[in-house]
Amino acid sequence: MSKGLPETRTDAAMSELVPEPRPKPVVPMKPVSINANLLGYIGIDTIIEQMRKKTMKTGFDFNIMVVGQSGLGKSTLVNTLFKSQVSRKSSSWNREEKIPKTVEIKAVGHVIEEGGVKMKLTVIDTPGFGDQINNENCWEPIEKYINEQYEKFLKEEVNIARKKRIPDTRVHCCLYFISPTGHSLRPLDLEFMKHLSKVVNIIPVIAKADTMTLEEKSEFKQRVRKELEVHGIEFYPQKEFDEDLEDKTENDKIRQESMPFAVVGSDKEYQVNGKRVLGRKTPWGIIEVENLHHCEFALLRDFVIRTHLQDLKEVTHNIHYETYRAKRLNDNGGLPPVSVDTEGSHDSNP
Amino acid sequence: MSKQQPTQFINPETPGYVGFANLPNQVHRKSVKKGFEFTLMVVGESGLGKSTLINSLFLTDLYPERIIPGAAEKIERTVQIEASTVEIEERGVKLRLTVVDTPGYGDAINCRDCFKTIISYIDEQFERYLHDESGLNRRHIVDNRVHCCFYFISPFGHGLKPLDVAFMKAIHNKVNIVPVIAKADTLTLKERERLKKRILDEIEEHNIKIYHLPDAESDEDEDFKEQTRLLKASIPFSVVGSNQLIEAKGKKVRGRLYPWGVVEVENPEHNDFLKLRTMLITHMQDLQEVTQDLHYENFRSERLKRGGRKVENEDMNKDQILLEKEAELRRMQEMIARMQAQMQLQMQGGDGDGSVHGHHV
Repeated sequence: MSKGLPETRTDAAMSELVPEPRPKPVVPMKPVSINANLLGYIGIDTIIEQMRKKTMKTGFDFNIMVVGQSGLGKSTLVNTLFKSQVSRKSSSWNREEKIPKTVEIKAVGHVIEEGGVKMKLTVIDTPGFGDQINNENCWEPIEKYINEQYEKFLKEEVNIARKKRIPDTRVHCCLYFISPTGHSLRPLDLEFMKHLSKVVNIIPVIAKADTMTLEEKSEFKQRVRKELEVHGIEFYPQKEFDEDLEDKTENDKIRQESMPFAVVGSDKEYQVNGKRVLGRKTPWGIIEVENLHHCEFALLRDFVIRTHLQDLKEVTHNIHYETYRAKRLNDNGGLPPVSVDTEGSHDSNP
Repeated sequence: MSKQQPTQFINPETPGYVGFANLPNQVHRKSVKKGFEFTLMVVGESGLGKSTLINSLFLTDLYPERIIPGAAEKIERTVQIEASTVEIEERGVKLRLTVVDTPGYGDAINCRDCFKTIISYIDEQFERYLHDESGLNRRHIVDNRVHCCFYFISPFGHGLKPLDVAFMKAIHNKVNIVPVIAKADTLTLKERERLKKRILDEIEEHNIKIYHLPDAESDEDEDFKEQTRLLKASIPFSVVGSNQLIEAKGKKVRGRLYPWGVVEVENPEHNDFLKLRTMLITHMQDLQEVTQDLHYENFRSERLKRGGRKVENEDMNKDQILLEKEAELRRMQEMIARMQAQMQLQMQGGDGDGSVHGHHV
């Protein structure tokens, strides 16, 4: 069984192969097909290159939401992540802004290009979250916004004449900023993550991590991880969505050691050892944002952008969106009642 | 004048010297013997470094066996008051320091009732002092009134939070507020200046009365005047606390060790810890005086105006009065009705046979 190529002729047999990870072929595999006379290289693997070219031409959407109390460095961090002024405070940042009396949702869109690839990035900010004296249910506007985006997408999807490429405004990733108290999570943090981890990918982040020494940081992270586990809060990458062993080991390592990432953000550059680095200058030293000994910003950036960007979108589409869709369809006893041609539907109103 | 006075009471150098210039020394000696009492309250959200700062200020460990609760426990908890007393002695001078901690403040999702517990604690201490002062035996009145409140402001925000403003407005007439910016090593110098200015602006905007250092007297020396000026210019103090000894520049200092450098607690260029300590020590007496002359007197006059009735709640008081008044009204009405009935009976009795109703006389 473990030899590799079975002798049968049907494609169905392919799926009955022993489910162990197939080693990446060094030479193109001999194809198994009905016509056994085909030999040599077909070129199926060029599809990857074709997909890449397509993606480069069409570009892609990415929507990231930042949630946390005022002053935790959310806007600065997002600007640092994408190395451009993309947050709501990019254009005219007035530091004298007043805290809004209720939670507001502010979405700012930018198109960033790198290496020929265009990304339409939308940063959704939530000023006013957790800043009032009474913060009960302050997550509700946020949950409502996320569900509204799913609803928008659903409406487009069930349309008969639907667009070739449905504009995707769904929130792919939600960075939740934890205040670096050094003690534990705050009750508000728990409540928010409990409610929202079921509808969106939450990535908890410890803000302004330059407040803590190395020991304090690792103790705090451990305590936060434990609290999240005890309360059954599944943050991204969720255990249940690991596709195979490779994913699982990689994600386990991230889940159990690196997360939540303790980050520092900055949009100012300083000279350190002859190089220009992003950092914060204090009387006792310069904190380098991209130095792994100082903070874990580089890990967060690699995680969100360089390795798991596509996965974030996929989990949002295949899991969170599907959950919403199933619930909506169940609630309405069938297809949603909007923009459906009664002649063409199967369970039209009797 | 030929007879000489006994020599012991004459200062041979200055004839006509009576000697009452010695009085301050006597007061000083008595105070030293008696010792000083001081009550300091610390208020702020969890995790702002309050306990570490108190331990650093007084070079002691006020919280030896501390268990920090997790978030779930914090949801259930209400604000508590924990007072710990420690006796510190330095060069023969005894200080009985009470630190009143307020764990749970600012933790809950809904902090509307956060400060009720704290305000009632402060009022209780005033009440007790008032009671003792009005009592028969006034020799050993214990002064547990809160002389000073360090209010910890988070360095992560952009200024005061709504909760900060609401709390300070609620207690600024009851206790001396000293605002403190905690965990100052989070901020660069520029950010610190900006935050201080922002906080001062907001304090003025909301008419919050914080404790003002008294100006130096004109007869003090220049150094002291300069020190007072510096202190006044640095409010609110931005501090870092630590009791760990770190090796820096060849000597051991109290500080925090980061991968990018060492923050020294006692370095005035790094933070205002020394200024805060100086202010507290040199103005301890003044803080007590202001508490006695201003806040306590305020409380006392309010209390005595209310007239000796121990009231829990202003609203309940009004309701009580209303109920009592209503009860009185009813009693009055009943009395009037009875009097009327009696009068009627008398009239009917006098009339005699003419009335149909009169047969039950």
